[in-house]
Amino acid sequence: MKFFTSIFLTALLAYGFGLFTTLPWWAFAITSFVVALSIHQTPFKSFLSGFLGLFLLWVVLATIIDMNNEHILATKVAQILPLGGSYIAVIGLTGLLGGLVSGFASLAASYSRKAY
Amino acid sequence: MRILPFIISALVTTGLIIVLNLQFPVGGNKTPRLGYFLSPQIGFWQNAESVNTNYNDDIKLTGLESKVEVYIDDRLVPHIYADQENDAYYVQGYLHAKFRLWQMEFQTHLAGGRVSEIFGKERLYVDRFFRRLGMVYGAENTQEYVEKNNPEMKSSIEAYAKGVNAYISSLKPEQIPFEYKLLDYQPEAWSAKKTYLFQMFMSYDLTGRGASTDLQMTNAKNYFGYQDFNQLFSNIKDSLDPIIPKGTVYAKPSINPIMPKDVDSAYLNNNATNTSATAPFIPNKNNGSNNWAVAGSKTKSGRPILCNDPHLGLNMPSLWYELQITTPTHSTYGASFPGSPAVIIGFNDSIAWGVTNAGRDVLDYYDMKFKDSTKQEYWYNGAWKKATTRKEVIKVKDSADQVEDIAMTVFGPVMYDNTYKNSSTEGKYLALRWTAHEASKGLLPFYLLNRAHNYDDYLVAISNWYNTGQNFVFASKTGDIAIKQQAAFVARWNRQGDFIMPGTDSSYAWQGMIPTEENPMIKNPVRGFVSSANQESTDSSYPYYLGAGSNFPIYRGIIINRMLTAMNGITPTDMQLLQMNNYNVFAEMARPVLLKYLSKASLNAEEKKYVDILANWNLSADINEKGATVFNTIWDSTEAAIYKDEFAAAKLNLGWPDDPILLESLLRDSAYTFIDNISTINKKETIDDILLEGFKKAVSKLSALEKENKLEWGKFKDTKVVHWLKIPALSRMHLPIGGGRHIINATTEDHGPSWRMIVHLTDEIEAYCVYPGGQNGNPGSKYYDTFINSWANGKYYQILFLKKEDAPNNKKVKWLMTFTQA
Repeated sequence: MKFFTSIFLTALLAYGFGLFTTLPWWAFAITSFVVALSIHQTPFKSFLSGFLGLFLLWVVLATIIDMNNEHILATKVAQILPLGGSYIAVIGLTGLLGGLVSGFASLAASYSRKAY
Repeated sequence: MRILPFIISALVTTGLIIVLNLQFPVGGNKTPRLGYFLSPQIGFWQNAESVNTNYNDDIKLTGLESKVEVYIDDRLVPHIYADQENDAYYVQGYLHAKFRLWQMEFQTHLAGGRVSEIFGKERLYVDRFFRRLGMVYGAENTQEYVEKNNPEMKSSIEAYAKGVNAYISSLKPEQIPFEYKLLDYQPEAWSAKKTYLFQMFMSYDLTGRGASTDLQMTNAKNYFGYQDFNQLFSNIKDSLDPIIPKGTVYAKPSINPIMPKDVDSAYLNNNATNTSATAPFIPNKNNGSNNWAVAGSKTKSGRPILCNDPHLGLNMPSLWYELQITTPTHSTYGASFPGSPAVIIGFNDSIAWGVTNAGRDVLDYYDMKFKDSTKQEYWYNGAWKKATTRKEVIKVKDSADQVEDIAMTVFGPVMYDNTYKNSSTEGKYLALRWTAHEASKGLLPFYLLNRAHNYDDYLVAISNWYNTGQNFVFASKTGDIAIKQQAAFVARWNRQGDFIMPGTDSSYAWQGMIPTEENPMIKNPVRGFVSSANQESTDSSYPYYLGAGSNFPIYRGIIINRMLTAMNGITPTDMQLLQMNNYNVFAEMARPVLLKYLSKASLNAEEKKYVDILANWNLSADINEKGATVFNTIWDSTEAAIYKDEFAAAKLNLGWPDDPILLESLLRDSAYTFIDNISTINKKETIDDILLEGFKKAVSKLSALEKENKLEWGKFKDTKVVHWLKIPALSRMHLPIGGGRHIINATTEDHGPSWRMIVHLTDEIEAYCVYPGGQNGNPGSKYYDTFINSWANGKYYQILFLKKEDAPNNKKVKWLMTFTQA
């Protein structure tokens, strides 16, 4: 239960901060840290829930946008980056980068709890 | 003890954020900040517009005088209905910004020498060039003049700027255009000055070649000597069919420019001014255009038809934005420039107009003598004269400012000096005089054309056009057709300004501007049509020197006039087919010369095959024609065989002679001086030898092309419409379109008809257009490249020229935007 709550809160707070503030893109690292600090889990679970929270959020957001856009822009970006013109790869990379930053922030929070 | 893992994971987090927040250099460019760029809530994903975007909107803004309604049709073309003139331009500014903001700012950054602010010191050479060329100086002069003398122009440009800024300030950070995110910078506020800078951008594109070609021509003249130069770059073209028909009688000139007495020793045969300097981008040689109007006597309906297709670089987002502007004084439709108010090429409910480039020389260099390298004083008319200094400060991303101290002389800014030079300009001070520097009435001619009702209004409107020579074609509902070449043209003596001129006294200065009444023009000619395609505007009986012949391509003019002469009962469909015509009249003249010599040579089977393809070609540059590729390859190879020896030996930046010069030399005289290959000392080549040599080289190229399956003209030419940043993913590559150099459909690899328009001046105007782009400049919009396939296939859209009362019920109108005072 804690695990799913963590994922949900990580995603929700990241989304809310993105929507209602003009903070930089990495503001979710702070919210993910706070979530992991508040919900005590093993380091591995903290990392995973932090990772999944952002990975899922960004993949879902990107996918909805991409479907409405009929892959027009993601396909172009996939040629620029370069990811072989695959919009799926761009969505995957989006999720992965968000997930990693969030996961490590959560991991740090988890270790910091144990440190006290 | 979890301190260490904590520190490590915190460091990894911070490290990831830092890395994902940096731009990395990749092959001369930089990557976006990946974390930012990929963030779905602020990064590029926000620019991925839904394909079902609803453009309906009710926008409340400050600065409007009354309500403005904008009906948007299914091609995303806005039809603006305003009760106040300035409100219309306010909304035009808003819409340009909404759909084209990045390009507007980028083009004016380029013109204003500010791209180093975006790209850093790698592009400093571009900014230095444009600053030293006097782009900002020219924009300021015209802005100052217009603001003092043309209140309605001033207020239109300011209303437009307010509209652009209203849009910019409405933008949330995640809504800025895609390219800002990719390059990682922010839009800034728009200003009236940027509209003037945009005009300088066009002036450079249309007349700035001279800034490079005058130097190349000087080198060529110095290297070959004036006599040989005159053969290579002759101004005489036997096959010229000028804009104003041959045999027209011109009035006595009111200015008789006097050639300086020392012109032979100090100018034509003075070879002290070699330079290898050239511009970072030289405006395309093919920047030209076609326009024509046929009178009712030649059309099926009995009403005139006007056509225009300006040939410019094929860029995305397009240079053009299509719209209709309706106010109580006028209703005008056509192509506008994002960055400027009003319509530039188009029609209203009474008249239609279009433009082509005149190609006249409006830019000269003067060789100045300064007292010392501080550039305080220069020798002029027998005394030291004080120069002023203009400071241009270039801001550079992640580096110190670069300051250009430009000495200003009676002629203009000293572009090349001891601080801006290369090996061969050492010790030289070259001042530039360019009409684009001088105060002009800016966009006033277009403002007036938008509102013109008849021929007299048209003449008055264009008489205000000063900077860059244009051929303004005209047709009215009342049946008039006309064309006039207009600008302030220098009254030149023969060859004045083709090379760098002595600047130590006033004898080489401009002696006056040709009065507008003496500019070439024609109204309602007996032949029933007027046309222009960048050729010389007149035959040699015109009393003024037009400029170097290499500025004037002649073949499109020949074929347009030939076709129009033969046509009768013309319909708009016929005109569409003519704009898309791929017949190569240059090849028609050149092929017999090639075949005459090749038929005598002994050739192997493969060589014979290509001769057969050439001989059997239908002279049309259609996408599937192998003959077009064979002809062009053989011709280019022949030209190289004849000239390359002489030109390579020069080791200088020289221009290449033009096609008509070589062709006509070969037609006139097979013992053409440059035939001999100067690198073979003991042998004097004949034309047979050289043509065979060129042909053999062409055959090896052709057989390589054939192996790659690229012998068909469309595949060989490989036309593309390229994003301003040259990123292929944002461009449209490999377009199936024929045409090319010397052809009415002047589409080359990356250059060609940037806007095709046909206006039939019937009671209810019937008009067609298409351009290689789309109305929405956002690469994430489905309207980004909407028109490109139609453009390539020669399909046109029938224009919706709507009265306000009909707009709400028209089936093609999809959206309504209303603008009201907040």
